[in-house]
Amino acid sequence: MKQEVLRDVERVVLKLDVNGERTELLLPVHKTLLEVLREDMQLTGTKHGCELGECGTCTVLVDGRPELSCLVLPIQVEGHAITTVEGMADGAVLHPLQQAFAELGAAQCGYCTPGILLSAKSLLETTPRPSRDEIREALAGNLCRCTGYSKILDAVELAAGRMT
Amino acid sequence: MTSDGKFGVIGKPLQKVDAVAKVTGRAIYADDMLLPRTLHCRILRSPHPHARILSIDTSAARRIPGVQAVITGADLPIKFGILPVTQDERALEHEKVRYVGDPIAAVAAIDEEIAAAACDAISVEYEVLEPVMSIDEALAAPKDERIQDYGGPHNIHKLVALEFGDVEAGFAQADHVREDVFFFQGNTHLPMEQHSAIATYVDGRITLWSSTQVVHYVHRALSKVLELPMSRIRVIGAAHGGGFGGKTDPFAHEIIVCKLAMLTGRPVKCTLTREEVFYAHRGRHPVLMWVRTGVTRDGLITAMHFRTALDGGAYGSYGVASTFYTGALQTVTYDIPAYRFEGCRVFTNKPPCGPKRGHGTPQPRFALELHLEKIAHDLGIDPVDLKRRNFVMPHTRTVNWMRVTSCGLEECTERVMTASGYAHRDKRPGHGMGFAISSYLSGAGTAIYWNDMPHSEVQIKVDRGGVTAYCGAMDIGQGSDSVLATIVAEELGLQPADVRLVTADTDTTPIDLGSYSSRVTFMAGNAAIEAARKMRGMLIEAVAAKMKCDAAAVEVAGGRIGDFSFQEASVLAEGRFGTLISAGSYTPPKLAGPYKGSGVGPSPAYSYSACVVDLEADARTGLVKVNRIWIAHDVGRAINPLLVEGQVEGSVYMGLGEALMEEQAFRKGLHKWPSMLEYKSPTFLDMPEVETFIVETVDPEGPYGAKEAGQGPLLPVPPAVCSAVYDALGVWIDEVPVTPEKIVEALRRRAKGEPARFGPARFPSIPYPTAIKVEPPPREMDRAATSSI
Ligand code: FES
Ligand code: FES
Repeated sequence: MKQEVLRDVERVVLKLDVNGERTELLLPVHKTLLEVLREDMQLTGTKHGCELGECGTCTVLVDGRPELSCLVLPIQVEGHAITTVEGMADGAVLHPLQQAFAELGAAQCGYCTPGILLSAKSLLETTPRPSRDEIREALAGNLCRCTGYSKILDAVELAAGRMT
Repeated sequence: MTSDGKFGVIGKPLQKVDAVAKVTGRAIYADDMLLPRTLHCRILRSPHPHARILSIDTSAARRIPGVQAVITGADLPIKFGILPVTQDERALEHEKVRYVGDPIAAVAAIDEEIAAAACDAISVEYEVLEPVMSIDEALAAPKDERIQDYGGPHNIHKLVALEFGDVEAGFAQADHVREDVFFFQGNTHLPMEQHSAIATYVDGRITLWSSTQVVHYVHRALSKVLELPMSRIRVIGAAHGGGFGGKTDPFAHEIIVCKLAMLTGRPVKCTLTREEVFYAHRGRHPVLMWVRTGVTRDGLITAMHFRTALDGGAYGSYGVASTFYTGALQTVTYDIPAYRFEGCRVFTNKPPCGPKRGHGTPQPRFALELHLEKIAHDLGIDPVDLKRRNFVMPHTRTVNWMRVTSCGLEECTERVMTASGYAHRDKRPGHGMGFAISSYLSGAGTAIYWNDMPHSEVQIKVDRGGVTAYCGAMDIGQGSDSVLATIVAEELGLQPADVRLVTADTDTTPIDLGSYSSRVTFMAGNAAIEAARKMRGMLIEAVAAKMKCDAAAVEVAGGRIGDFSFQEASVLAEGRFGTLISAGSYTPPKLAGPYKGSGVGPSPAYSYSACVVDLEADARTGLVKVNRIWIAHDVGRAINPLLVEGQVEGSVYMGLGEALMEEQAFRKGLHKWPSMLEYKSPTFLDMPEVETFIVETVDPEGPYGAKEAGQGPLLPVPPAVCSAVYDALGVWIDEVPVTPEKIVEALRRRAKGEPARFGPARFPSIPYPTAIKVEPPPREMDRAATSSI
């Protein structure tokens, strides 16, 4: 079947720095960072639960700070360091947060896990030994339906202890 | 297990087998898959809650460049449904729509935006009908026409009336009789992962990857609707982003992507938007309940009469089972010598309700626990005491023929009472503590469609040191893969990480009926034990022959079988027997009582929980802040305590959400808040500390004594919250969620001298049929049999 796809889509060439790798991409301007990461860069570790900025599942780090990738346009983050869950481990060695989440069963279905790991990573960088309430506060924008949050709090505390 | 009875891996808090895949973002969920040339599908859904479809014109949509296929109900006319008795759904409706969100047409296009634009270009002409939006409206004569053409009178779907023992005589013996009415609002699963499915069609064969809890039931539905033999369809469960019952029905989008793949010859994917997930629903039924109980002066129950009315939404789904479940388990926690149950499910023009964690039992649990609290207050007996006096005993049959084996109710109660200091609680105004108990099934004793085949099967293959276990069970995050690996490892003296798993794939794995009704650990676990013991037998026999010793002298532990490493032993066994395969299966014992409807409720074992909630309730604002929750759960045996705690904590969390905020409510046919921001669910900041106690009663039929953990602990939380609110403020909130408005209103009513209560005023008049009278089982029926196991 021969078909011509006619659409006026404005595209831009962007250089994105994701997990320390710089990639040049030709992207429709309206595509969200979430979509670009998942669809154009095959970084499917970043998940989505709403695509409206409500659930925290799509959290990535931009210059170390958590951002909801479903609300970010790639053009806004050109030249900034983006970290996704794929960039947390050091080669095959898990980040202490990943290790603690695995050991303590803090990932059940695991769907919220990448976003929560990144929010927690950002917290530990500014607050190496957070109190339980500080962890709650920092992760309050990330919903999880499986764990009841208890094991996640335990895991962040365990990782914080091991990292300091 | 070693010869001295010590476990190698059972009972250890080991890491889940898929933990690393999940913390590194490597687990592949359905929406993560993108096969070459994948087309994207969007579904056009009804904007009306109730309407006849007069015409559908797809010509404009078909002309949009990039659109590869457009289908309507005429392409998928065959009806399906999860229960054989309610085959009332179509993947696409072309005659009539019954709720906002009912699917009408679907498009496959080269990207999602084109597919969505094509959906917008489809024009549908409707004849709008008067919607039926409440239980009361459904019980009355419809203004236009009925929603479904079965059931009745009016929009009633199902009526049930059963009586066990002599209820009138029971009430006659009572010193005190009390009646109450309660309402449990509907709520939804809200899995973090939106439903997603992707299908390919190659050489006459369909392959579907889906975020489903039950590959087998999807397989059956596809075969029926697509008119393809099951051998031409393969359903694979992708990594699963949360179910809680919400992905247990076969869904329209799963059928649609297969059909579109067949038509286009290309892979087709459909991921629901979050709003569509709210409308897909199949969640907790809103249930109105009336209960009347007779008790002696000492608080012993003499008879109970329980009525329920379920707002089912537009389709059958699991509704017939849900209806029976609202009556089945009352007797499994409390010894009720005479019991009448009348249940009714109605159709309304809302998304269909179905199974959510606890399926049909949290609602009556809420009513029953609060009702007994009120009776205790009437009699001046401590509510905990009154409940304890009525606890069921282990190894008994209930009046409605449910077989109770192990039962840790008393021990669970003791644990939370002691830890929480409930008896000596601080009685300042605004502070309260509440107590409640529950029980739940370890798998339904009967399959969804009647058959004599096993409910779960496991195969094991050993070759030159590698062990692979195959099972249809679907890990939805609860850790069923880890439980399988742990059991196989235990029997073969290995570690779970040594066991490769192939699960939830209808082509390669033997049947397991799926992740619902808390059945996997019990059923797949028992099947795995049988398969692994057969394999162990072969390995031992080969080693014993080589060692020239008795098989009984061969120890299996720590990666060794007798004098040999596991790998050496497997080489010996393969040399002796050829290909090393073994299989095991599990069929639950036939436990149903001698009456129609007895298939819902029986389970090979029941879990038990007890819970105490400590909270502050503000009389001025009605705001509730939960300080702490203590929960003890009788899981029989914890195969992995870390996973059990995770299930218990997750259940408590979900129960707290239902108790305080979650609400699937509608205005003019539309969901009031179909977004994650407005549909309130507990965040990190709302969740109190939870103290979990695992109680092990070692069930005679569970794998190593294990029972369920994933659902039962949700049940006691809503009633414990309400009794704590009463303890704090002296008002009864007889419906969930317990919102600040309801508390303030109850306090206002009390101040005006009205009853200090917020809740439904009355229970409607329902044309229940005459109750079928069922003789109770002999009291001692199973005691001899079960205690000898
Ligand atoms: S996907 Fe929910 S916040 Fe981005
Ligand atoms: S682990 Fe499933 S949503 Fe968090």
